[in-house]
Amino acid sequence: MTLAAATNEHLANISNVLIYSAMAVYTLAFFAHIAEWIFGSRSKVARTAAALSGKQEAKKAAPAVTVNKAGGTAVLERPKVVVRAAAGQRDVPDGPGAHGGDAQGDLYGRIAISLTVLAFLIALSGVLTRALSVQRAPWGNMYEFNITFSTVAVAVYLLLLALKKNVRWLGLFLVTTVLLDLGLAVTVLYTASDQLVPALHSYWLYIHVSTAILCGAVFYVGAVATILYLFKDSYENKLATGGTPGTFATSVLERLPASSSLDKFAYRVNAAVFPLWTFTIIAGAIWAGDAWGRYWGWDPKETWSFITWVAYACHLHARATAGWKGRKAAYLAMLAFGCWLFNYYGVNIFISGKHSYAGV
Amino acid sequence: MSKTTTPETSDTTSAAAEDRDLSAAGSELSTAPKEEGPNLPSLGVIGWARWFWRQLTSMRVALLLLLLLSLGAIPGSLIPQEGTDATKVAAFVKNNPTLGEVYDKLGMFHVYSSVWFSAIYILLFISLIGCIIPRTWQFVGQLRGRPPAAPRRLTRLPAYTTWRTETEPEQVREAALALLKKRRFRAHLAGDAVAAEKGYLRELGNLAFHIALIVMLIAFAWGQLFKAEGFKLVVEGDGFSNTLTQYDDFKSGNLFTSDDLNPFSFNLEDFKGTYETSGPNRGTPRTYQATIDYSVGAYGKERKTTIKVNEPLTLGDTKVYLAAHGYAPVVTVRDGKGNVVYHEPVPLLPLDSFATSSGAVKVMDGYRNPKGQKEQLGFQAFFVPTYHGGAMISQFPALDNPILALNAYHGDLGVDSGIPQSVYQLDKSHLKEFKDSKGQLLKKLLKPGQTMQLPNGAGSITFEKNIKEWAQFQITQQPGSGWALGGAIAAIFGLAASLFIQRRRVWVRAVRGADGITVVEMAGLGRSESAKVPEELGDLAGILYDQAPGAPDPDDDPTPDDPTPDPQAVPAEGAEQQ
Ligand code: HEM
Repeated sequence: MTLAAATNEHLANISNVLIYSAMAVYTLAFFAHIAEWIFGSRSKVARTAAALSGKQEAKKAAPAVTVNKAGGTAVLERPKVVVRAAAGQRDVPDGPGAHGGDAQGDLYGRIAISLTVLAFLIALSGVLTRALSVQRAPWGNMYEFNITFSTVAVAVYLLLLALKKNVRWLGLFLVTTVLLDLGLAVTVLYTASDQLVPALHSYWLYIHVSTAILCGAVFYVGAVATILYLFKDSYENKLATGGTPGTFATSVLERLPASSSLDKFAYRVNAAVFPLWTFTIIAGAIWAGDAWGRYWGWDPKETWSFITWVAYACHLHARATAGWKGRKAAYLAMLAFGCWLFNYYGVNIFISGKHSYAGV
Repeated sequence: MSKTTTPETSDTTSAAAEDRDLSAAGSELSTAPKEEGPNLPSLGVIGWARWFWRQLTSMRVALLLLLLLSLGAIPGSLIPQEGTDATKVAAFVKNNPTLGEVYDKLGMFHVYSSVWFSAIYILLFISLIGCIIPRTWQFVGQLRGRPPAAPRRLTRLPAYTTWRTETEPEQVREAALALLKKRRFRAHLAGDAVAAEKGYLRELGNLAFHIALIVMLIAFAWGQLFKAEGFKLVVEGDGFSNTLTQYDDFKSGNLFTSDDLNPFSFNLEDFKGTYETSGPNRGTPRTYQATIDYSVGAYGKERKTTIKVNEPLTLGDTKVYLAAHGYAPVVTVRDGKGNVVYHEPVPLLPLDSFATSSGAVKVMDGYRNPKGQKEQLGFQAFFVPTYHGGAMISQFPALDNPILALNAYHGDLGVDSGIPQSVYQLDKSHLKEFKDSKGQLLKKLLKPGQTMQLPNGAGSITFEKNIKEWAQFQITQQPGSGWALGGAIAAIFGLAASLFIQRRRVWVRAVRGADGITVVEMAGLGRSESAKVPEELGDLAGILYDQAPGAPDPDDDPTPDDPTPDPQAVPAEGAEQQ
């Protein structure tokens, strides 16, 4: 074995250690989030119930016209904009987040986020050392794809947090699935570092696969929000029709944003990334045109990318035009994400095609 | 304000009027077609035709067809397809005869060209065309017209703000008009309010996207009908010119004629492959490249270029790809008198990734046996580029220690029997073995430069020193790919415009209140509820407020226009912005 190969192996080992360390820190973040949720359950917020059970008194207090008086001099401040939901939508305030307004819960939540940042940095260096060890982009097989994918997904979440978007409620759900994803990667999917075959040597590899991973990560964040929307929506429905949901459901769901906010968040995330997904497929077609002599050949991977694309187009269509808003559109979004998942795991594992050379 | 004869106090009618007023304000914010219930038409062919057309072009059916398209694409990924792997299809039919027959009847082995799949996408695209045309006219109409006038009660709109000022109403309206125009709203003064709208590019993008889909589909269909694809194996030093007869294997679309072939020709100067020489990936190919001289047209200028795995040669809508490669040892066959009867490179087919290859040498004419009779010679050939002793299995794909193994036959090759024959295999049914001294089949391992003598003065075969390589080229011609690419790019930009640009309206009303003070009201309405609409309204209000600063508030009645606070007005979305 040559010296170069030995250093590469060394780097690959460092990468493995880093990925395991990142998993350890994500696990700590997971427990910190659990603590956040547990302490948060002490607060008895019931804004949704108040908003939906006909207790309009609380609402009356909200000023319809916010022309503010500044002290006794009666000089007006700058006008404030009053916002209201469109007709046919429930007016429900957003929940306070996992900590439920509890100071200790909030502290644990912040610890969880700090740990997530730390774990993210470790995982990122794991991905980078892996890339150095194989001297190419770190997405030549499913193991590498998985570790890159979860790292990008956490990056998307942290970026949204940094942009001061209201996404802290995602924390626990995201960290849980990132742990699952990494666990799968290091056990079932692990592949020793290796080189690529000539058909994979192209700058399109960088363009096509990096956008595919980014799209997957964003779709994934959208899917988490959609699932939570479905729970929260049925919770609100139950309250609005006079039902009494269970205490656990109440405790958890009260702290999430309003269903309309979750719905809108999921929609925006999916809509924002859909043009990029379109681009990913087209970039793949251009690459296939150069590498395989045809730009579209209904290879299983191509087919399922197309199915995923059409499914998301269905979702956006349903949203854009009347009739299929809300739950129905959400089911379509889940279906579309299911297609995405199948395209990644199912097609690689169960179906052989031109894309399978990268190895499971 | 248009007062009707109905008194304002009548609750139900005023509410109804208000709703109408509001829906007018939000009208045509999109050019999406109106949804109608599936009310059945009155009898008559034209009535039914019109009903059918309306159903087909409705959003509900478009959605259904889209869903069907994605469902319909699934079986093609699970069941083997003739287009991609015909042998797998044959194996499937053999293993599952009944299911195979059912699948065959349903077109499951060629899903993407089956009747039912075609029906789905053709219906979808008819629906799309039927949707785009009216939407385009509607959009043109909207561009010609003006944003609708302000609804009476601006407080009911999703974003609203108001203040009182001592500036004259006319001045406020003028300032508002100037401000909105500067912000590139389409604005005009209608009655006591300014009406403005922005974000038409969204609609344009949406139309462009849907039209681009049609362009792409037509480009695909065109490409399918006129495409051609063929393979040609070329040995170093040989050439190819693009005519039908030159191809080893050729497929084309239904409307393709051989006149459509682009006239060009090329010679393969050199093929080079390099391989990983060490490490766990020893032998993995690193580069493949073919250097060629080509010329376009009958008397075109010669040019030199290289073709690599990911880098085909593009000549108009024709592309020349490097598809495969292998070795072609040069052999010389002499008859008993020493005359050369065969001197050619023999392309051999690689059997594994280290280029262990096999093939056949066929001497068809020119040979006479020692008795002076015409006969044919055949040699089974095995070749390894790197031989390490033992079995004829290559240890490395490059030419480190090449060995050619030959088995010799004579007799009739059977090439004139009319049955197509592989050039890589010997049909031994009319061939006799040459025997060695022990009575066994004559065979020998040759190093470059070595010769095997045939028994009884039957001649000899020499493995020459210059071993050539061959490259197989895939030559495809797919017209319309430029259009498909253009459509795809337009689709991405159209989509981005359609999803990222908000179409929204802003109204600014300024009227003199009962106490002589001007009341300014501003409201915004977006197509979908977006946090951007109130944000932008706040911005605009801030600027306008500086030009028409607030006046002291009368103590008793904060809002002369709207005395009852609206119980519905809750900052629902503000919470999300934080
Ligand atoms: C070929 C398949 C089609 C695809 C992939 C597709 C995709 C899309 C997408 C991604 C959007 C954007 C959604 C948004 O603005 O949020 C959209 C909007 C729209 N599409 Fe399609 N579409 C297709 C066919 C059709 C057909 C057949 C019709 C008409 C019957 C149609 C009418 C519309 C309309 C009216 C909108 C919304 C316009 C608006 O919001 O102002 N589309 N479509």
